[in-house]
Amino acid sequence: MNKPLLQVENLKVRLDAGKTQVRAVDGVSFAINRNETFALLGESGCGKSMTALSLMRLLPEAGRIESGRVLLDGQDLLCLPEIAMRSVRGKRIAMIFQEPMTSLNPVMTIGRQIAETLHRHTSLRGEAAQARVLELLDAVGIPDARARYHDYPFQFSGGMKQRVMIAIALACEPDLLIADEPTTALDVTIQAQVLELLRRLQRERGMAVMLISHDLGVVAEMAQRVAVMYAGEIVEMAGREEFFANPQHPYTRKLFASLPGAARRGQQLEIIRGSVPPLDREFSGCRFAGRCDYAWQKCSDEVPVWSEVAPGHGVRCHLVESVVPASLHPDPFPVHVGCQKLRALHHVEQHPAQCASLIDALRVDALRPTQVGFDLPLLQVADLKVHFPIHKGLFKRVAGHVRAVDGVSLAIHSGRTLALVGESGCGKTTVGKSILQLIRPTAGSVRFAGDELTRLKGAELRARRADFQIVFQDPYSSLDPRMRVADIIEEGMVALGAATSSGDRQNSMDSLLQQVGLSPDSKYRYPHEFSGGQRQRIAIARALAVKPKLIVCDEPTSALDVSVQAQILNLLKGLQNELGLAYLFITHNLAVVEYFAHEVAVMYLGRIVERGSVEEVMQAPRHPYTRALLSAVPVVDAGSRREIIRLAGDMPSPANPPSGCHFHPRCPQAMDSCRLNYPAAIDFSATHSASCFLYSEK
Amino acid sequence: MINYIIRRILYAIPILIGVNLLTFALFFVVNTPDNMARIHLGVKHVTPEAIMKWKHERGYDKPLMWNSAAQGAKQASDTIFFEKSVGMFAFDFGRSDEGRDIAHDIKTRMWPSLAIALPVFMVGLAVNITFAMLMAFFRATYIDLSGVVLCVAMMSVSGLFYIIGGQYLVSKLLHLTPISGFDAGSNALKFIILPVVIGVIGGIGSGARWYRTIFLEETSRDYVRTARAKGLSELSVLFGHVLKNAMIPILTGAVVVIPLLFMGSLISESFFGIPGLGSYTIDAINAQDFAVVRAMVFLGSVLYIVGLILTDISYTLVDPRIRLE
Amino acid sequence: MMLFKPVFLWTDMLLWLLLAGVAFYVWRVRLHEHLREPWRRLLRSRSGVASAVVLLAFVAVGVLDSLHFRLPLEKQGNGAETHYSPEVLSVFDLMVGPLRKQVEKTYSAPFASQLYTKETIELPGGKQVRDYPRLKFGGAHLREPAREQAGDVAVTALQGGVYALALCGGLTFMLALWLARRRSISPGAAWTMIRHGRDEIPWRTFLSTVGLLALFVCLATAFSAKYHIFGTDKVGQDVFYLALKSIRTGLMIGTLTTLVMLPFALLLGIMAGYFRGWVDDVIQYTYTTLSSIPGVLLIAAAVLILQVYMDSNQELFDTVAARADIRLLFLCVILGITSWTGLCRLLRGETLKVREMEFIQAATAFGVGHFRIIARHILPNVMHIVLISIVLDFSALVLAEAVLSYVGVGVDPSMQSWGNMINGARLEMAREPMVWWSLLAAFVFMFVLVLSANLFSDRVRDAFDPRVR
Repeated sequence: MNKPLLQVENLKVRLDAGKTQVRAVDGVSFAINRNETFALLGESGCGKSMTALSLMRLLPEAGRIESGRVLLDGQDLLCLPEIAMRSVRGKRIAMIFQEPMTSLNPVMTIGRQIAETLHRHTSLRGEAAQARVLELLDAVGIPDARARYHDYPFQFSGGMKQRVMIAIALACEPDLLIADEPTTALDVTIQAQVLELLRRLQRERGMAVMLISHDLGVVAEMAQRVAVMYAGEIVEMAGREEFFANPQHPYTRKLFASLPGAARRGQQLEIIRGSVPPLDREFSGCRFAGRCDYAWQKCSDEVPVWSEVAPGHGVRCHLVESVVPASLHPDPFPVHVGCQKLRALHHVEQHPAQCASLIDALRVDALRPTQVGFDLPLLQVADLKVHFPIHKGLFKRVAGHVRAVDGVSLAIHSGRTLALVGESGCGKTTVGKSILQLIRPTAGSVRFAGDELTRLKGAELRARRADFQIVFQDPYSSLDPRMRVADIIEEGMVALGAATSSGDRQNSMDSLLQQVGLSPDSKYRYPHEFSGGQRQRIAIARALAVKPKLIVCDEPTSALDVSVQAQILNLLKGLQNELGLAYLFITHNLAVVEYFAHEVAVMYLGRIVERGSVEEVMQAPRHPYTRALLSAVPVVDAGSRREIIRLAGDMPSPANPPSGCHFHPRCPQAMDSCRLNYPAAIDFSATHSASCFLYSEK
Repeated sequence: MINYIIRRILYAIPILIGVNLLTFALFFVVNTPDNMARIHLGVKHVTPEAIMKWKHERGYDKPLMWNSAAQGAKQASDTIFFEKSVGMFAFDFGRSDEGRDIAHDIKTRMWPSLAIALPVFMVGLAVNITFAMLMAFFRATYIDLSGVVLCVAMMSVSGLFYIIGGQYLVSKLLHLTPISGFDAGSNALKFIILPVVIGVIGGIGSGARWYRTIFLEETSRDYVRTARAKGLSELSVLFGHVLKNAMIPILTGAVVVIPLLFMGSLISESFFGIPGLGSYTIDAINAQDFAVVRAMVFLGSVLYIVGLILTDISYTLVDPRIRLE
Repeated sequence: MMLFKPVFLWTDMLLWLLLAGVAFYVWRVRLHEHLREPWRRLLRSRSGVASAVVLLAFVAVGVLDSLHFRLPLEKQGNGAETHYSPEVLSVFDLMVGPLRKQVEKTYSAPFASQLYTKETIELPGGKQVRDYPRLKFGGAHLREPAREQAGDVAVTALQGGVYALALCGGLTFMLALWLARRRSISPGAAWTMIRHGRDEIPWRTFLSTVGLLALFVCLATAFSAKYHIFGTDKVGQDVFYLALKSIRTGLMIGTLTTLVMLPFALLLGIMAGYFRGWVDDVIQYTYTTLSSIPGVLLIAAAVLILQVYMDSNQELFDTVAARADIRLLFLCVILGITSWTGLCRLLRGETLKVREMEFIQAATAFGVGHFRIIARHILPNVMHIVLISIVLDFSALVLAEAVLSYVGVGVDPSMQSWGNMINGARLEMAREPMVWWSLLAAFVFMFVLVLSANLFSDRVRDAFDPRVR
């Protein structure tokens, strides 16, 4: 039978936003076959979640399905009465959500939450239902299911909660599972576990999966067919191989090109300029025209229609329509290369500062290796410890410590980037903040250009603060919403006396804003008027205002979409080359590390387990944790995919680290000695070392 | 758990000491026993001897904090502070300025108070939750909107008018219940009904509206979406999931007042002539009987702190996430 | 010789201080876009506009009633020093002159022309009958009230209605002109915009609220010259006048209490949340202790003690008004002390949240001092809580005044307040037929004020609470 399981035709969803209506989904059509994983790919706000929710008819109260058909086995779900729809939800279509932390009822045992679905849709009751629940818990890989039946969600880790969510979804063997960013909130090693689980379940049960994701890597590993959404529409749809080998829509191509990675080291990343247009109006042309390098007059005059470029491969773009001269049809892009260059030049005119740094980037980067001589590091951290006390008992005695950072040593030279890599909770952010003395370290030394920062206090410390600054992860909470951009940037200058007169400050503010790619008159506006990427630029300008030598970048791009991430990475890279800044780049994103860093330190549970130059650590990882981490990253390119090293369980609590090597309970290569002592660092080269007993034996 | 409760009780001690010092300062330092005597004996035409006698009868003629004339431990104990304040910790409230035994009064008068306050609390909670759930179920419809408008209107009426209006309508016009009074045993019922009904009605406005916002906050959470995705009906989502979560803030917010129910309600007891602690307090205020007011202040603080501890304990009962350390 | 001697009551001065503060705030709001935005949102909602108009009307009465002075007594002889009447009057008293002066003997019902109680009346012929005597002012212009009154009332109502219509028409015209200038369109277009509700501000709601208010004012003015529209009380004072005078008392309690407590709550709440550690412990201890004392009892105790103090130091107060004023102020202070703990706790919680925000850490990374961080970052980011709780507390405080007066620890018995009105009427509840008009007047005024305050506070919360958005 070749009929698709689910067929969506011209679905339109509107959201009420005060007086305006947002066309969140604007004429989306696709089909999902049985046994197939169909991925809906797109950046935040493109309407992919709304599409999924409207299939279930679970839109938020402001949302409304305007028109369209959703055919499940030929039956239009949008015409069903609510009661009939309820027996579709959970039984024929099930859904898992992005946030496992909040998606489970906190005051209900997980057993009951799973059993509830069975009660609703099957005749299983009592013992039989419980047996089925245990079977499900087993199937999703929750160890010791019987004992955990009566546990509450808060007793599970994030990954485990997502497994419980999957168990709920699977309870009635649905025909279609909608997974809305199922692993976005999880760490990369846990993500690998959950994706593996989803793949296995799909294979075993033969259900269709609709995977919603913004992560090209996840999509590449999971999907058989891929659709790309942009501004409420599907702009391209193809089978996986075709999609990754031969993307057609300029937006898709840009998405690929803006991915950081080792292959693009030393180059600028491709960026998509501008931002997604507001969706509260009718479009007379292509929605991407304003940001497209290939756009011409027709793109803004005429809405592109859906056209098939190959069997099963459709694109919504004027470039591939038949009006383009037939001779160009197979690959129209080369014709437009000249046009692209023109555009690029035009772009340069708009951002002269960026361009200058771009050109510098190439030159300075070439000089770099010879420059690193025997000069002293700018920052030298030795045996840094940050312990937070745990209070317990009758008089709140200190009963123990959370060893957030437990003996970290590192060094950064001027003009270099050290990436500190690790999963959430490993203490990497605390390292950054304690270096800046935002959190006072418990022990250890932080020497900055010869000064011992841990001993400085009050005015002395304040005087040094201009030299090291920080850029935070969340561009929404890092700028005071009640201050104008000018006040935000000025604050540091005033506090640290970077520029004395008000006129000086205004001048340097203008040049700073230009330097980060914003116009000088944006200083009279408030942060909420800017997008996430622009806010991050403001945060960078704020840090630069006091002319620092070192910037701690605490996950500066992880809250941003991939195309915006590329803009920020380009900017940071340019600034480094221009100003000789040193970065401590804290991140969990290994692709960014490969692209951006010179040296890498991998952290696990408060300690650095491996360090070295980026080539050494990324190409020849030694520590089993580093290897597992690297193997877990989903990659786009099927050829470079490594075999995933599965890590058991979750990271233990830093309040109670395991004895011996902290990693041994999860390590596939653990030995007896690992349980007893913490391994000393073993050097593999002048720069590369790892703390593991695998190598000390030799 | 036990450890936690012990710690909370230990924490309560400095607070009670603070309350005690504050009331002591207010009643004896800012306002001297001489002043009190003058109020009671009349401001004019009062001899110093009469004042001395009045003070002596009530033990107010001793030094405030430190008796330098006495010997040994008596230096601290034979003072107004020790006799009138420290005794409170043993619930020894002494005698009122009229010479009655306060502890005995409290023991006899708290039952009528409870007879009114407890039903008001229980029925009120049930009624408010019911109304709130109705509004939450019909959210964003005209039923919800008119419910909210009604709530706002009801909470804009002073409690006094509910009582006056109720008495006028039910007792005076319809002669359904007595206007005021109280009786022992089952005869009390006819006196209790009206104050309870009025107490409940008076609380609906703010109560139901507040609970509605709690319910609405819960219905917008992610787990509700999960429950709907399971195919549950709106009603079973509301009862099976939302209610249980919303009960956490509702119950824990309500528990704190349970001990204070003993104190009764000042206004309704005095309007309905209920011989409870509320009217006792009002009478004491009007008669300017400082001893009784002080005792009631102390009792109120103790009950409030008990309420706080009960709140924390009730959290552990309704919320599995909280385990008291 | 002066025409009058100004009297500066404490509460008046605090009220003017508060108004100055509000003016400063308005000035700041006009300068800052992010401060203006929530107010715009508020003005776009219909219940927000309607309740704001009503509240403003109340505030206007209260403010006019807060300009006090004493008039000189009749000159006794040439060259003698001018003596001023012990009676303290306000501008509002002068404006409603007849209301204040038309005092009957005792109770009379609304629109009555006779007293409520029978008295022995001496007829012109020297004969005595027991009957309801005619009122000195209420309906005094009528010869035969029973026959003429209905017609007179209708005519007066019509008169009032016509005035109101004229007033409304004028207002609408001016609004259209103003809006036309503001939005730079023609007055005709402005009028169409108003009529079809096309502007972002719901002008139709605004106009109908103003219209209702104007109707009430015109009718009241027309009638109160001839009748006691809410009757008279035990000593024959016009109840409508008492209810109007009570507005000031209610507003004072509702606003000054917050003004008194605000500095403490702000300072301590932010300090506790920002510095944590022992500062937090001490502040938390303080407010737990204070809030553990039942509010009414603490107020009762404090007021009793104030009474004792005032009784023993009577020479400090030269007029009854000054005495009553001090008691009002003291009541505000003590209410403030019992109610600041709630706001303090909220502010502490919010500060704990805000201080963890990354922009605070960024400021710390610049070496910005604690004081500047509090002033520039924390304070502006918790101000919405202050505003919301001020508005929310207002209605609760107005209602509390009535209860406290009933308990006997409210404002001075000589001061006009709704609580005192209810309290007075309650004593007459047993009368047959009942004296209900004082209760009605107090009920109507309180209800309108509290209802509009509640509606307003709802909108304020919607507009300012970031969680609601």
